[in-house]
Amino acid sequence: MSTPTIRTTTRRLLDAPDHRGSLPRLGLAQLLEAVTASGLTGRGGAGFPTAIKVRSVAAGARKPVVVGNGMEGEPLSHKDAVLLTRSPHLVLDGLETLARAMHAKRAILALGPEIDPAAALIAAHGRKVEVVQLEGGFIAGQETALVNQLDGRPALPRDPFTRVTESGVGGRPTLVLNAETLAQVALVARNGASWFRSAGTADDPGTSLFTVTGAVSRPGVVEADRGSALRDVLAAAQPLHPTAVLVGGYHGAWVPESSLDVRLTRSDLAPFNASVGAGVLHVLDDSTCPLGFAAEVVDYLAQESARQCGPCLNGLPHLAKNLHRLAAGVRDPQLPIEIARMSAQITGRGACAHPDGSARFVASTLDVFRDHVSAHLAGWCPSRIRRVS
Amino acid sequence: MSAAFWALGRGTGVVALVMFTITLVLGIVARSGRPVPWLGRFGTSDLHRTAALTGTGLVAAHVATLYFDPYAQLRLVDFVFPFLGAYKPLWLGLGTLALDLLAVVTVVSLLRHRVGPRVFKAVHWATYALWPVALMHALGNGTNGGSTWFRALAVVCISAVVTAVGWRLTPSYAHRGWSRHPRRAA
Amino acid sequence: MKTRLHVDWTRCDGHGSCAELLPRLLDVDDFGFPVSRSGERDPVVPARDDDAARHAVRNCPLMALRLYDAAS
Repeated sequence: MSTPTIRTTTRRLLDAPDHRGSLPRLGLAQLLEAVTASGLTGRGGAGFPTAIKVRSVAAGARKPVVVGNGMEGEPLSHKDAVLLTRSPHLVLDGLETLARAMHAKRAILALGPEIDPAAALIAAHGRKVEVVQLEGGFIAGQETALVNQLDGRPALPRDPFTRVTESGVGGRPTLVLNAETLAQVALVARNGASWFRSAGTADDPGTSLFTVTGAVSRPGVVEADRGSALRDVLAAAQPLHPTAVLVGGYHGAWVPESSLDVRLTRSDLAPFNASVGAGVLHVLDDSTCPLGFAAEVVDYLAQESARQCGPCLNGLPHLAKNLHRLAAGVRDPQLPIEIARMSAQITGRGACAHPDGSARFVASTLDVFRDHVSAHLAGWCPSRIRRVS
Repeated sequence: MSAAFWALGRGTGVVALVMFTITLVLGIVARSGRPVPWLGRFGTSDLHRTAALTGTGLVAAHVATLYFDPYAQLRLVDFVFPFLGAYKPLWLGLGTLALDLLAVVTVVSLLRHRVGPRVFKAVHWATYALWPVALMHALGNGTNGGSTWFRALAVVCISAVVTAVGWRLTPSYAHRGWSRHPRRAA
Repeated sequence: MKTRLHVDWTRCDGHGSCAELLPRLLDVDDFGFPVSRSGERDPVVPARDDDAARHAVRNCPLMALRLYDAAS
């Protein structure tokens, strides 16, 4: 299945010219200067300043390993799949530029099972990059889980006490960057920091890819300036009767219809406890019960747990069960209280952010749809009312 | 003088066996995660460790006194390689085997934070072999083996271990309540 | 320099000795797993609980605990 790209004006990533492996010659200091000046932050979800990450790995004692994360375990996200089909050369340029500047021992592009590897393999021909296709799952793209899998171990997260930037693949300092982040690095290396900053905002420059799914006529991947208004990014996909948009995927948070003019910036999204993350925008319409949707999402999240850590292993099924009861119309006023309590209890207590992200999604659901929750507790569901027009 | 060594040798051996019986039973109680009145959970683990180290110390004394006892006819090689002994080689051999197992278990346990939980756990399983081997050595090799009081003591120890292991095998044993099944064996 | 207690959640089995030894620092959740009372991920161990914390680290049957020094 190939995901369509929605045509918008910005096409830096999606229409990037292929320089056929000829890279700008940049030493580490120059590259770091450019990336720092660009203000580039990670496009994989955490939004961490890329220059800081690169610097910390480059400072390691041993020759590092550079890894491109093309795992894309989030089911609602397709941007990396699209990027790796349309512009794999850009991702590889970024990977090779970094690997060269850092004198890396290995440069690896890790692809999840849903990514069609053909374009990437062809583009990688003759380049000093290993392209590998790995086993998937929601958490398979988590940094330490990915490192474990690359080392031949099961794709499960490890205790974050030892950072991968210090010891990762084969015990070496490892730089793991999302595929899109690598593409952005390639653009910065070739075109410079000022060019990069000519799009987006001062605090969050450049462009990024967004995946728009759900109640829209034309789902797909769109490239837009950072800091664009949510409504504008959604426009080309043509949303249908939206009640809310899930920003950030299954670990994200809801922005209600009344706030669709919000800009996709850290500060504008903060009141909703949302963040841009990996650019997933899922539109919910008024005929879908958000509680039923949430219950099924948490079922999925519980199933995708690595099941290593007690709070997550036990807490997520507990949350799913109560969400199902609430969605099914069990009129127990304790339900939302119990759900909130368990969400808070699992937060921060696991080897990875799976319980935290899941808790954030659940808490946002109860908050944004509180009227819907009250309706369920009173015995009816607003989504079951038939639309007149 | 030799009689004193012999008595001390046997005495330390018997008490060591009792210590290891206590250790094994407490180990099973500790693993269950259930709090014991007065001891709590941490106290059970502490006592398990104390009994184990006491037993190990007694075994060291047991082995040392018997080495210096001419009646026992022990050579240094008998402490490492089983079944080469002059006196009752089979039963002595079991003692040597138990000593070897004890040495490995003790060293790995003391270094458990270095070797990690998987290696520690794997080696610790050997204690289920250690105890019966030590018991058989005591029954076969110990001159008290045939005496009534020792047999009674052995029966008490065996009952305790059988009860504890029996409990260990029941489905309701794991009080800690959750079974950890990583999606693939981690 | 503060001493913090870190739980390796991939090892923790909800045994609960740590919460017994450090009742001021740790509570136990619905499923038997330790919860930091301060809400911090790795709670600070005050000087008076230092011995108890070292005891807890030694005592944990799964070696899920460690103490480390942090600048903040």
